[in-house]
Amino acid sequence: MKEIIVRQAVPRNASRLVEMKQHISPVLKTMVKYRWLYLMAVPPLAYFVIFHYLPLWNAQIAFKNFKPLLGVWQSPWIGFQHFITFFKSFYFTQLISNTVIISMLKLVFGIPLAIVLALALYETSFKRFQVLVQTSAYLPHFLSWVIMLGVLLMMLSPADGLINAVIKSMGGKPIAFLTSPDWFRTVVVFSDIWKETGWATILYLAALMGIDTTLYEAAQVDGANRLQRIWHISLPGIMPVIVILTMLRLGHILNAGFNQIFVLYSLPVYSVGDIIDTWVYRSGILDFQLSLATAVGLFKGVIGLVLILVANRVAKKVAGSTLY
Amino acid sequence: MMRTHIKSWDNLIFQAVVNGFLLTILIAITIPIWRVFMMSITPLSWKDNGTFGLWIPPWQWSFEAYRELFKHPAFAQATYNSAIITLGGTLISIVLTTALAYVLSNPKLPGRKAMMMFILVPFLFQAGLIPTYMVVQKLGLVNNLFAIMLPGAIGVTNTFVMKGFFEGLPEELEEAARLDGANDLQVLWHVILPLSKPILLTISLFYAVALWNEFFSPILYLNDNKLMPLPVLLRNILLAANINEYIESDAFSNAPIQAFKAASVFITMLPMVAIYPWIQRYFTKGTLLGGVKE
Repeated sequence: MKEIIVRQAVPRNASRLVEMKQHISPVLKTMVKYRWLYLMAVPPLAYFVIFHYLPLWNAQIAFKNFKPLLGVWQSPWIGFQHFITFFKSFYFTQLISNTVIISMLKLVFGIPLAIVLALALYETSFKRFQVLVQTSAYLPHFLSWVIMLGVLLMMLSPADGLINAVIKSMGGKPIAFLTSPDWFRTVVVFSDIWKETGWATILYLAALMGIDTTLYEAAQVDGANRLQRIWHISLPGIMPVIVILTMLRLGHILNAGFNQIFVLYSLPVYSVGDIIDTWVYRSGILDFQLSLATAVGLFKGVIGLVLILVANRVAKKVAGSTLY
Repeated sequence: MMRTHIKSWDNLIFQAVVNGFLLTILIAITIPIWRVFMMSITPLSWKDNGTFGLWIPPWQWSFEAYRELFKHPAFAQATYNSAIITLGGTLISIVLTTALAYVLSNPKLPGRKAMMMFILVPFLFQAGLIPTYMVVQKLGLVNNLFAIMLPGAIGVTNTFVMKGFFEGLPEELEEAARLDGANDLQVLWHVILPLSKPILLTISLFYAVALWNEFFSPILYLNDNKLMPLPVLLRNILLAANINEYIESDAFSNAPIQAFKAASVFITMLPMVAIYPWIQRYFTKGTLLGGVKE
């Protein structure tokens, strides 16, 4: 109403201004209507700006010769020099292969064990026992890797670890599991499996619970035994979950477990245990090679992004659903 | 779950294998934790009796290591720091996550899609450790407990789990409140939040457990020993060749060094074990809601 009156009252050349006003007012109206939601969005979005987008801005130092006195923006560009240094260095192959090997070992041993454990939990006839095993097996998931270091030392230390006590009692020589390059990866993989396998069964168990029980009954009528029922009903029933979880793990293959390695590794096992993340920490924070470390981190980020997108697509094709 | 009677030999063997396997897993999980406990209560005069330290008769248990640890000021300080980080950090995280999840759960809100993209981009592509470290340093948060609480304050998966929960709430209640003249803030406070207690608790526990266990960012951002949380103190105790750095030397008269180390492990574990029944229930639910969550 008001605007019509205005239009009548003002000369012709002012009508454009009115048009603009008409154009703006819906936006303003929305802003006013949703003011509380927009206000509420400010702190979380500010968080993302500060702790996620500012780091992305800082990441440009991967292509610069970063000088703290000059700051991120003023430091001189040097192109891909840090990346080339990294690709040509002797640690490039070592870091990539340690990262991928440790990830793959965890995946290859961890996933089948979790599936078998989930099947066993599903099949046992003793409900109480099932709950007891579940409760115990989930617990280590909530322990930090520092606590795990304590547990592992009490089990593996050459002086008074349980396993070495057993080895000694059988007349063997104690093994320095945590500092021996021959044993380090085994310790990393087994401790990860010990900590996480129980927890990993949750999604498989949920999938098993979701299988239509009439399928089992029909199979039983057809004379299928327990193993056949697992093979022909249970496993195909949870296959989508297996595919999705495996794909997710493959997508994150460059995350070999920074916290774990950081706590467990030491100089003698760098050759087999040093992964991209631990190297980035050491070279960036301890040796102040900020640009180089950022470049390596960025390299990992890009490959990781590609892997997760590919994994997502494969999961969609095979299992019919996505990870995110 | 299907339950059939153990009626045939076939089934009997099957159940024996299944339960045998479960028993093996149970033992494999229990032994290391039991071993830590036994070491922590080992008396100074203990001579190994061929049980590999897996059995000490209860009347010989010694809680000296615990007593000494509880008396130590560094330990009290670290517990205090851990409590501040866990409580403060959980509060910050849950407030920010709830606000964001509520905003994103409003389907009519203009700009919602853009906001989703805005938070998904850094979720899929992280800048990495060093650029984040530089931001925290620039903000002057080094040697400040906020450096532990803020950088990871909002978990994207947690936000989406919560958003999904909000979206599943019946719309009628919200509309009724709006007819009564309530604005978005009042709807959230008086209608949505009271209905969302389970999810709030679940997500709070996710954050709290992660913060209690956090040890890398304290190592990264805190140089002051006074600010050290429990896991860092524990790591230092475990790696110390000489425990004198942490426990005054006269404490040695009462317990062996290994008992101190084991007792430190056990004490750090304890709060987690104490709230474990709740954690397990809510985490299982939350994990199933989130589909995939570390």
